[in-house]
Amino acid sequence: MVRVLVGVKRVIDYAVKIRVKPDKMGVVTDGVKHSMNPFDEIAVEEAVRMKEKKVASEIIAVSCGPPQSQEVIRTALAMGVDKGIHVEVSGSEYETLQPIHVSKILAKIAQKENVDLIIVGKQAIDDDSNQTAQMTAAVLNWPQATFASKVEKGDKELTVTREVDGGLETIKCKIPAVISADLRLNEPRYATLPNIMKAKKKPITKMTPQDLGVDISPRIKILSVEDPPVRQAGVILPDVDSLVTKLKEGGHIP
Amino acid sequence: MLVNFKRVTTLVSFIRRCSTLSKSLPELTKDRYPNIKRGDYAELNQNHLDYFHGLLGQNRVLSDPSDCEMYNIDFIKGVRGYSQCVLKPQTTEEVSKILSFCNQHRLAVCPQGGNTGLVGGSVPVFDEIVLSTSLMNNIISIDNISGVVVCEAGCILESLDDVLREKGLMMPLDLGAKGSCNIGGNVSTNAGGLRLLRYGNLHGSVLGIEAVKANGDVIDCLSTLKKDNTGYHLKHLFIGSEGTLGIVTKVAVHGPSKPKSLNLALLGLHSFENILQTYERAKNDLSEILSSCEMMDERSLDVVTSHLKLKSPIGDFPFYMVVETSGSNEKHDEEKLNAFLEGVMSEGIVADGTVTNEPGKMRAIWDLRERITEGLLHDGYLFKYDISLPIKEFYSLVPKMKERLGSDASRVSGYGHIGDGNIHLNISVPEFSPDILKKVEPYVYELTSTYKGSISAEHGVGFRKPPYIHYSKSENAISLMKDLKKMMDPNGILNPYKVLPS
Repeated sequence: MVRVLVGVKRVIDYAVKIRVKPDKMGVVTDGVKHSMNPFDEIAVEEAVRMKEKKVASEIIAVSCGPPQSQEVIRTALAMGVDKGIHVEVSGSEYETLQPIHVSKILAKIAQKENVDLIIVGKQAIDDDSNQTAQMTAAVLNWPQATFASKVEKGDKELTVTREVDGGLETIKCKIPAVISADLRLNEPRYATLPNIMKAKKKPITKMTPQDLGVDISPRIKILSVEDPPVRQAGVILPDVDSLVTKLKEGGHIP
Repeated sequence: MLVNFKRVTTLVSFIRRCSTLSKSLPELTKDRYPNIKRGDYAELNQNHLDYFHGLLGQNRVLSDPSDCEMYNIDFIKGVRGYSQCVLKPQTTEEVSKILSFCNQHRLAVCPQGGNTGLVGGSVPVFDEIVLSTSLMNNIISIDNISGVVVCEAGCILESLDDVLREKGLMMPLDLGAKGSCNIGGNVSTNAGGLRLLRYGNLHGSVLGIEAVKANGDVIDCLSTLKKDNTGYHLKHLFIGSEGTLGIVTKVAVHGPSKPKSLNLALLGLHSFENILQTYERAKNDLSEILSSCEMMDERSLDVVTSHLKLKSPIGDFPFYMVVETSGSNEKHDEEKLNAFLEGVMSEGIVADGTVTNEPGKMRAIWDLRERITEGLLHDGYLFKYDISLPIKEFYSLVPKMKERLGSDASRVSGYGHIGDGNIHLNISVPEFSPDILKKVEPYVYELTSTYKGSISAEHGVGFRKPPYIHYSKSENAISLMKDLKKMMDPNGILNPYKVLPS
């Protein structure tokens, strides 16, 4: 049986329309609905299924971020995670927190908690970095199995099917390892009411990056955040001939 | 391989929208209901068409049979007219001129909005000219302080709601057909929907109406005032009269503030008794934040899980409830909701459930309830009933009809607005048969009448129920309705064969 660590990030809910702040230094987060990063939800689901199959013994969910990050840890606990760790990073420090910092934090906790397997979402839907799994594997010098769409545990190894361009790749890697979850790995469950109630009694430990000896001083400076270009309105043309003329004018057809 | 999460989910909903238009045409209404005779109206001729072309131009008059087809068939494909002319006015003046002309020439007119009606009220029975409000879709004004929106009748409910939400407001009604239905149709049918429990019906939230009478007179009652006791309250004549007294061209609606905090629970229950207990608890424990309280039986949920391949996030139970809270303070609402849920769970009233405040998950749960109407279409032919009953008798009709029909029906299901005492009883059969119809009607209406219920809670009377209106209204009341109709539309050109019995 393995001990599993999952990373859960609190992000603006995927159904919410994103707005750039007037000062162009970030996006509006106040009063905006946040949820667990959907790919992290898939990671949590995979860990919980491992526990149900008696492959995993204990699951720990870690979230780095402001106090509200505890909400997504609570969601993970309600889905079946055993305990939570909240690494508090707030304000301007959180704005410049990057995968390099998070991977060091995850690596430290993995060592402290004697974890055998780390599962994270392949990317967060807010910054789309797609780096945390890879960097964590590098910090720990563990093998990595990224973009997983299927995970099977053997005796001392994992067989992982990866979604690669043009198809699927199946690899074997030793444990301990880091996995990043892709969209088709599973369909996450909804927390049921009895489990939501039980989750309230599960422990969440709070700590800081300093407690773990991780330096989170900024490595980037945000210069500006811009809206994507606005799509131009369409035009209705009376007939095919004027369409062809229009396309020619625009240089879309010879 | 990076997959955009949002794009995948939008694609799914797009495919879903495209999947409904397929099956073959329903039988013409005049053939299926041979006892209904065409009224003494003029038949459309070239002179009429010339007038309409002169008024609206070529593009806003449809006379090609294939162009007219979709305007002749109702959403559930139960009835089909054979109108040869669809008119698309853009202004009240055009509606007025059309009606005045039709009244002079005794041409029957069928007003149509989004054509999402479920009682055959929005499509022609014979060859009535279809007057579509779809191009009258301008928003005239929105008052941020009072919340009043004034708009034209053809505005789509969901589009209005989207615009209001940008301003911190919302529409006071929400229903499964919101993506297609027009506000004019909502008002003309006094549509109910999922949040009537909280925001009341349209007789309350519609503040003003502009309508055009059969002779072309424009009746301007487009007040935006919450209080206005001057004279008779004429606007109410147009709310729920299903286009038989006039055509609604503009409305003023009071939009409540958009909630800042939303929660949605899906509950599994073992009995109907448990549903009543849960509803009572929800009213008491959640009080002012309760914004919707819906129920569905297992056969209703099966419609969306088997036909539409939606997934239920909880196990199988004989009954389900959807309970929504809307408020202004997340912490406050959550505390109340948790206390309520812990209470009903620990007392064993609710067997299982899930609760969420994530928009994507809330959408998925609402889909289980809202898409039942769409899913039922896959069953074959539907006998649909929309019935109000005293709350204790809410579910009584379902087992009774099931027993009566036995193997004749492939499905007898019930779902609806438990908080409003309004159940949607659906009887699915592989295909329409007059024998089964005789087994169902008028028995289902007689039964409703013995429970002192209404044979039409929110869908209206339309084409399907005029012969049965007496089960819910007294003779004197019906006679006064007929007098009103005669006075406002002496030639009977507006939406004939609908609402009132002949």
